[in-house]
Amino acid sequence: MAAIRIQGLKKTFGQVRALDGLDLVVEPGMVFGFLGPNGAGKTTTIRILTGLAWPTDGRAWVTGIEIPARSREVAWRIGYLPEEPAFYPWMTPREFLDHVGRIFGLVASERTARTQELLDLAGLVQVSERRIGGFSHGMRQRLGIAQALVNRPAVLFLDEPVSALDPAGRREVLELIHRLRGECTVFMSTHVLADVERVCDDVGIIAKGRMVATAQQDELIARYAVPAFEVESDPGSVERLAEWARGLQKVRWVTSVAVDGPTARVVVSEVEMAKRELLPAAVQAGVILTRYEMVRPSLEDVFLRLVGEGRQVQ
Amino acid sequence: MSFFVALRKEILEQWRSYRLLIVVAVFVAFGLMSPLIAKFTPELLKLIPEGEQLADLIPPPTAADAVAQYIKNISQFGVILALLMAMGAVAQEKDKGTAALVLVKPMSRSAFLVAKFVALALTFAAGVAIAAAAAYYYTLLLFEPLDVPGWLALNGLMLLFVLVYVALTLFASTMSKSQAVASGLAFAMLIVFASIGALPGVGEYLPAQLLAWGARLLAGSDTASWPALWLSVGIIAAALVGAGVIFKRQEI
Repeated sequence: MAAIRIQGLKKTFGQVRALDGLDLVVEPGMVFGFLGPNGAGKTTTIRILTGLAWPTDGRAWVTGIEIPARSREVAWRIGYLPEEPAFYPWMTPREFLDHVGRIFGLVASERTARTQELLDLAGLVQVSERRIGGFSHGMRQRLGIAQALVNRPAVLFLDEPVSALDPAGRREVLELIHRLRGECTVFMSTHVLADVERVCDDVGIIAKGRMVATAQQDELIARYAVPAFEVESDPGSVERLAEWARGLQKVRWVTSVAVDGPTARVVVSEVEMAKRELLPAAVQAGVILTRYEMVRPSLEDVFLRLVGEGRQVQ
Repeated sequence: MSFFVALRKEILEQWRSYRLLIVVAVFVAFGLMSPLIAKFTPELLKLIPEGEQLADLIPPPTAADAVAQYIKNISQFGVILALLMAMGAVAQEKDKGTAALVLVKPMSRSAFLVAKFVALALTFAAGVAIAAAAAYYYTLLLFEPLDVPGWLALNGLMLLFVLVYVALTLFASTMSKSQAVASGLAFAMLIVFASIGALPGVGEYLPAQLLAWGARLLAGSDTASWPALWLSVGIIAAALVGAGVIFKRQEI
């Protein structure tokens, strides 16, 4: 049974189509990266799956239970971290986790043990008696994850969990997510590709309310990534590099060329041809090379290509 | 089950955010001041130039003046506090995001809402109870003892009057996502009640009649205003049910 199954999900806000027939299946136990640019429909999807909003059309199931009809049942099995989690500022983290434990009907001894366990996991033991009102963004985010785990959810929804954090906070939260692998299905929305590359098993790319690709990260890169070569010249031959790059734009197997100072990035359509021709052409053009390499395609390349913001760089 | 969890949180919030303290302090202040103002108004008038002649025109103050002063103060400030305390109760939680964080869990929306009303009702009940005790004591000291059952009935009816505005403001707070809009809506309802109350033959059915009934009960009159009581209870119930229906349909 899939952890999440979505069929033809639609959501409109007046004239705006936030979701336009979304289809998706997420298998249990994995960290799923739900990737898309701002406004693609990521938050709307999560809000529908968690029962906070209703779809205009289409169907969806979480742990096999259909929503929104049986959202109350689903509520026992999920955890949710909104993009900017808000808490009661007058509570301490210990009190808030205890409050959540009460909502889930945990008895006093269970609540005490689970609260301590989650404070440990989130690294909040030292501040467990401080009021949440004075917490930093990172501390709130970690408390947000902790509160989402109180009921040991089968599916954990994380909406842009690290987007607003500084590098240190980002690393802490990503490590926390990494530690959840195998404990539950994590459905993590983000527009930050590096985060997906670090923690996610499978990736789904959403654009304009539709899924444009879903696969394992490596598979996605292999399937969609654009082959590219990077050529770096000696500072003294930057002009020759630029001239050579201009000439390359007329070559049949070159898709695009981007020059940034002493570096040229050449995107090609025929890799074998490029392997044979590119380096001799650069040498023949008198470019003094300091680096020449075939660049490993990144998820960013795939993402930009699939969401239609392709790298037609100059 | 989830109602008691929500109620526990709400009561704790009333305490920690000093709302309970504010309500009790304001009510007690007016509970104490009302008999004092009634007693010493003529004396105060004598202190202003040519005020002595004015003071002579005023009949000697009685316990009834203290009670009238008390009813006026507690009802007016009760309504203001009802608006201030309830306007953000739901709107603020929706706006800040705490409602989403809690309602995604097995917490029913009706429990979330009713717990807020009950917690506010308890806060106002505590405020009225302590104010009533204070006012009773000062009236006893400065004038004469009041009829205890009548005094209790008056305060009960005043509490019900204030709760009408708590429920209406909570309804407005549920409809809106902003505190300002919620308070504007609640204030508009207040104006509507005041306007309707001015119409001949209508006022006796409105919640304000509860105050007059309470005063009559204390004075020993047995002229009841049951329609006003039932209408007040009905408004509270309708406001809560209406808020519940709207809240269940809202996307958070």
